[in-house]
Order: sequence, then C-alpha cells, then structure tokens
Amino acid sequence: MNDKGLIIVGLVVFLALVAFPVWYNVAEGQADYVPELEIPVGVQECVMETEYMKANHMDLLNDWRDCVVRDGERMTVDQNGHEVEMSLTRTCLGCHTNKEAFCNRCHDYLGIEPYCWGCHVDPKEVQ
Amino acid sequence: MIEKALYGDKKYWGWLILLGAVIGVGTFFYLRQFSEGLGITGLSRDVTWGFYIAQFTFLVGVAASAVMVVLPYYLHNYKAFGKITILGEFLAIGSVTMCMLFIFVDMGQPFRILNVFLHPSPSSPMFWDTIALSGYLGINALVAAVTLSAERKAVAPPKWIKPIIILSIPWAVSIHTVTAFLYAGLVARPFWMTAVLAPRFLASAFAAGPALLILLCLLLKKLTKFDVGKEPIEKLAVITTYAMCINVFLVLMELFTGLYSDIPEHVSHFQYMFMGIGEHTFLMPWMWASIILAVFSLVMLLVPKLRRNHTVLAVASVAVFMSLWIDKGMGLIITGFVPNPMGAVVEYSPTMPEVMITLGVYAVGALLVTVLYKIALGVRRQLLDH
Amino acid sequence: MGIDRRKFIKASGLAALGLVSAAPVRLFGQHDSNMVDTTTPASPPSDGKPLVGNRWAMIVDLKKCLHEEGCTDCVAACHLTHNVPKFDNPKDEIKWIWKEGFHGAFHELGHKHLEEHILHSHVPVMCNHCDSPPCVKVCPTQATWKREQDGIVMMDWHRCIGCRYCMAACPYGSRSFNWRDPRPHIDKIDPNFPTRERGVVEKCTFCDERLAVGKLPSCVEACKAKALVFGDLEDAESEVRALLAEHYTIRRKPGLGTNPEIYYIV
Repeated sequence: MNDKGLIIVGLVVFLALVAFPVWYNVAEGQADYVPELEIPVGVQECVMETEYMKANHMDLLNDWRDCVVRDGERMTVDQNGHEVEMSLTRTCLGCHTNKEAFCNRCHDYLGIEPYCWGCHVDPKEVQ
Repeated sequence: MIEKALYGDKKYWGWLILLGAVIGVGTFFYLRQFSEGLGITGLSRDVTWGFYIAQFTFLVGVAASAVMVVLPYYLHNYKAFGKITILGEFLAIGSVTMCMLFIFVDMGQPFRILNVFLHPSPSSPMFWDTIALSGYLGINALVAAVTLSAERKAVAPPKWIKPIIILSIPWAVSIHTVTAFLYAGLVARPFWMTAVLAPRFLASAFAAGPALLILLCLLLKKLTKFDVGKEPIEKLAVITTYAMCINVFLVLMELFTGLYSDIPEHVSHFQYMFMGIGEHTFLMPWMWASIILAVFSLVMLLVPKLRRNHTVLAVASVAVFMSLWIDKGMGLIITGFVPNPMGAVVEYSPTMPEVMITLGVYAVGALLVTVLYKIALGVRRQLLDH
Repeated sequence: MGIDRRKFIKASGLAALGLVSAAPVRLFGQHDSNMVDTTTPASPPSDGKPLVGNRWAMIVDLKKCLHEEGCTDCVAACHLTHNVPKFDNPKDEIKWIWKEGFHGAFHELGHKHLEEHILHSHVPVMCNHCDSPPCVKVCPTQATWKREQDGIVMMDWHRCIGCRYCMAACPYGSRSFNWRDPRPHIDKIDPNFPTRERGVVEKCTFCDERLAVGKLPSCVEACKAKALVFGDLEDAESEVRALLAEHYTIRRKPGLGTNPEIYYIV
C-alpha cells in the first residue's frame, strides 16, 4: 500500500473544489462583501437592543409565535416597557417596511430560507 | 459480513440495477410531489388516505408475520425452521422499512416528522404506532445481526439475545394491533369501527406473510443453490391455510354484522365495496377479484395433495397474497372514506405519479431484502465450504 | 435555543406593570361595567378589548337563514378574512364554512316527507368546536388542540405534519388539507392573516384572532339575516343561552358523544 501521494493529491483537489466559493469571491474582489441593510428612518430602536436582535431575532420570533398561537397571548412589552403586539407582519414589518432590503438581503447573503414567508405575507407584496 | 453483498453474478447485479432504476423513477415522482404537493395524487378532501396508507397497512402485516417462523423455532424448538428464521427476520426488516417510507411519502410536511417526538401525544394511536414500528425494526435488526454473526463464527448465539427474541413475539403482535387501532377507534368511520379489525389484521398478516415467504423460498431454490427443504415449506403452507381460513371467517363475521343490522351507515360501505353506488364502481371489480382469489387459493390450500405440489403451492401463495393485498389495502382504507360522513360518494383512484412512488418504495424494500438475503446465504455457503 | 418568554419580559423592566392589559370584557354578560348591549349582538363591540368567554358556542337560526335562499355572505366573509383559496377542482377544495344540503348535514334525521323548504335546504356548517373533539385526540403532534379557557378547537399551522389523521377522525368533514400551494388561488390576500403552505390541514377557529381584538367571528358579522349568534354558553345571561332556552335546537350527530357546540334552530 503506497498510495500516500495519491491520497494527498486527492485531498488537496477535494479541498480546493469544496472551497471554490471562497476562491471565487476572493478573485472577484468580493471577499469583504457585507450586505447593506436598509434600516428604518425615523425610528430610534427595535423591540430589543440591536445586538440582541442580530443574534436572536429568530428565537424571539419563535417565542412570539408560541405565545400567540399556543397561549393566545398577543401583547408583550419591549425593552423600554412599551406594549407591543407580537406580530411579524404588523410589528416587525411595521418599521422594517422594506422586507426586500432588510430581511431578504441578509438571508440571501447567508443562504438561509426562513419558512416564515411561506404563510406570512409582506403587506407591500400584495398591493 | 456486509461485504458478502458486494460479490454476485450478473443476474444479481442486473436485478439490483433494475431495482435502482425503479427507485430512481420513484424518486423523480416523489420530488415532484414534494414540490407540487400531494395534489398530484388522487387523494381529496373526502378520501384523505389512499394507496400509500393502504400499502403501509398491508406491509405492517407482512412484517408482523415473521413471528410465524420465530415463534415455532425459538419457543417450540421446531428445528425445521432453523434455516428460514433469518429469512423471516430479514423480510420483516424490509417490510418495516417500506412501512416507514410509505408514511413518509404520505406526509404533507415530511420534514416536520420529528414533531411526533418533540410533542409526544400519548392519546394518538399514531404516536404508539411510531414507537411500535421503530422498536420492531430495532429488535429484528439486532436479533438478525447477532444470530447471523454467531452462525458465521460457528458458535451459539450469546445468551442475552434470547429474551430479546422472546420479546419480538408479542412485539410483532403489537405492531399490527396498534395499526388496527389507528382505524378502529374513529367515531367518524363506522366501517372501521369493529372489534375484529385487529384480529382480522393479524389473521390476514399470518396468511400473506408466510405466503410471501413460501414464494421467496421457492425462488431462492430456483435461483441459488439454497434449498430450505420440503418440511419448512409444507409447514408454512399449513400456517397460511389456517390463517387464511380464519381471515375469511372474520370477514364473513363483518359482513353479517354489517348487513344483517342494516344500519345505513354500515351497509353503504359494503354496498360501495361490492356493488358500487350509482355510477361509482371503482372498487367493485377489485373486491370481486379479491374474493375469487381467496376462494381459489383456499381450494388449492385445503386439499393436502394439491398443497404439497410446489407449483400449485406457488400459485396458491400468489393468490393469497394478491387477494389480501386488495382486501386489506385498497378495500379497507378507501372504503372507510366512501361514502363520506355527509353520505356523499366521492371516489378515489391512485394517479400515475402515486403508483410510481409506490413502486419506488417497493423497490427499496426489494433491494434491502435482496441484499440482506445475499448476506445470509453468503454466510451459509461459507460455512458449507469450510 | 428559544429564549424564555418570562426572561424577555423581565428584561424589559418593571415598566410593564402599568401596562397590564385592561380587564377583558365578558361578551353579552353583566359581569363588567363595559357590558355590551345584548339587544344588538351582531354589531361588534369596537373598543378593541378581547372578547372573553368560558365556552364559546354558536347558534344557527335556520328559520332566519333559510329565509335568505342562496345567500352565501357568511362563507364569502369567512373565506376572504382567512385567505381561503378557491380551487376549480373539488378534489383540492378548502372550506372553513360552507352550505351543506340538509340531508348531508343531518342525514340521520332526514326523511323524504320533511317539510319541502327544509328537505331541499342548504344549511351553514363548519367546525363544531366539539367538547370532546375526536380530531384532537388523534393528532400525533398536538398541532390541533382544545383551548382550555374557552373551548375553541385550535390549529397550529407551524406544527402540523400533514398526516391528515384529524380528517379521518372528524365526523363532520370540517377539515381541509392543502393539497397544493394555496397562494396562487387566493383572489385577494389579506396581509393581516397568514395564508397556509401546501401540506397542512386547516379549518375554522371561531375567529380566535378577531375575538382577541374584540370582534365577533366574521361569519356572524356578515350575516344580514342575523341568523348566526355567537356567545358564551357558561354565561347564563348570554343570548345563546336565552335562545337555547326558548327554542328546540338540534346538533349534528349527537349520538357520537362529541358534543358539538354549533346548535341549529329548525
């Protein structure tokens, strides 16, 4: 058994192919690309701190979903104690009116396809 | 041990390639169903379960029937079944796998199937059926693997496996009983609400399963050098005969209760099955075929002289299998929905994609059973050569 | 990891204290100073406070309903509010409330010498929100469940795996399955209510989303004959109780023991 060389060459070729998207973006000069998200104007803050929302908005939405659907609780309070409705379409999209330039842009960049939009409707899309 | 499946002649590989092609076609249609929805099947708001669930129900029986070889061999020390016990267990593994696949392809949201475990609901028979089926698959896989590897090493199987083998016997009964409970407890479906449903399921299982096993043994004898011998086949034929008689008896009980009581909600289902209602007669020819096949097979099986002739036995086995496949699959499931709870007759028949997906699942089962049998026979042959 | 709802609320500080939602109104009851006028039940209380009941029920006054022959206002209103799609092929059909022939809705009660106008009538039918719902018992994921506080049989479209066991179990044919993607078949999508995806079961939920904001179910609101009356059965002063006390009412398939909470005045 002396296929050591072959195995190493094979591994290198495999890694190069797997990492193709990275090389491609580097070559295109897009390595440091970060999607630019449209932040609502005139609104100071979200229901929770921005850092928290960036990391945990999906958990918060899951939690809202369970509160509304399973427990029949529709209202909660935001970081400043203001009462808000636990609603993706009314509360979230109420401020982030441009779903395309906020939700989608980041999800597309990360290759994530949340199933929220299978049922929930962006009010702008139906008009 | 598994490497035994990698060495075979042209016929073996040709068969596997053929199965692979059928699986490919099935997968293609499944992907279509996955993206378009179950709308590409013949199912409707009124007949919500059809071909897939019918196959599932039937195959749970085939899986449970392994007990008919395991029980005599391990409990009564009936040595003649020594050679075929492993075949029965491997057939059970293939059948349970197909059952699970049929449930999977019937789901509207297959990727959420883990919700059954995330939000367990002990009030639902489906929850218990999931546990029963996966447990049965595990038990059979373990027992088959342990006993076969002991056989390969020419040693007695470890002692600890014996209680698990004994456990597999009531477990086999449980899978088909719980599957009957899926249907038998529904107030909405008078056709299924009968106490003999579980016994009938078991009787038909213990006829259809051994009938299939007989066919597989005869086939193996013809295609390979592996001959299980005369005695086990004759014993299986006797089991099939008794079980088929009990099954027919139970069906007649159902007919009496349903028809003599003359309650419209009961009678209408039998009417749809055997006579059709108005112009709706899709099931009628199938059900009569099932009856004719049942009678035909019983004549051949009940006469010992005929039964001992392997050609006749093969024909009778095919007849038993087909008769029960129609009766317990399509007959039982579809008729439960026709007429619907409002008394309206909405018919169902499977569509081409539905049939293709079904064939694909059967091909997966056949592939699994082929490979497992190949391994078992390989181990046996190795022992003979030494 | 899902965050704990309590933690979320705590994190927002004690400011929440002053904002605890106002005491809910008891519909048609006399337990609250905000009592709703019982004489006009079909006009929704508009103050936006949730309607709260202990056992919601509906009465269908067929005398009034059958007077408006061929009227399907309740169906249209419900299906519009809830983004219910329209399919041409009856096989794919989805319906939350519909008009069923009398013989189909009550087929153990019908006989061929019934009064002519009843024999050939079509009566509104929907989910019966049974007290002992067979659909809930069989659901393997608790995607459908009976709400303890008010008896509504709810649906969680996020959790449904689409096994359709509930459809086999429902003796009233009240459940529909999304055989195909419903979106292209919805005339006018209301963004305030989700559509559904293919592969889940759906049905009437007594407009739980409207009750939460103080509105009556949309079918009740839409009925010009005022034939649909919605209210709390546990409230002895409610209009539904008054109607049940005054009239002979029937329910669909009472013998099954499911205890439907839709009552029909014949």
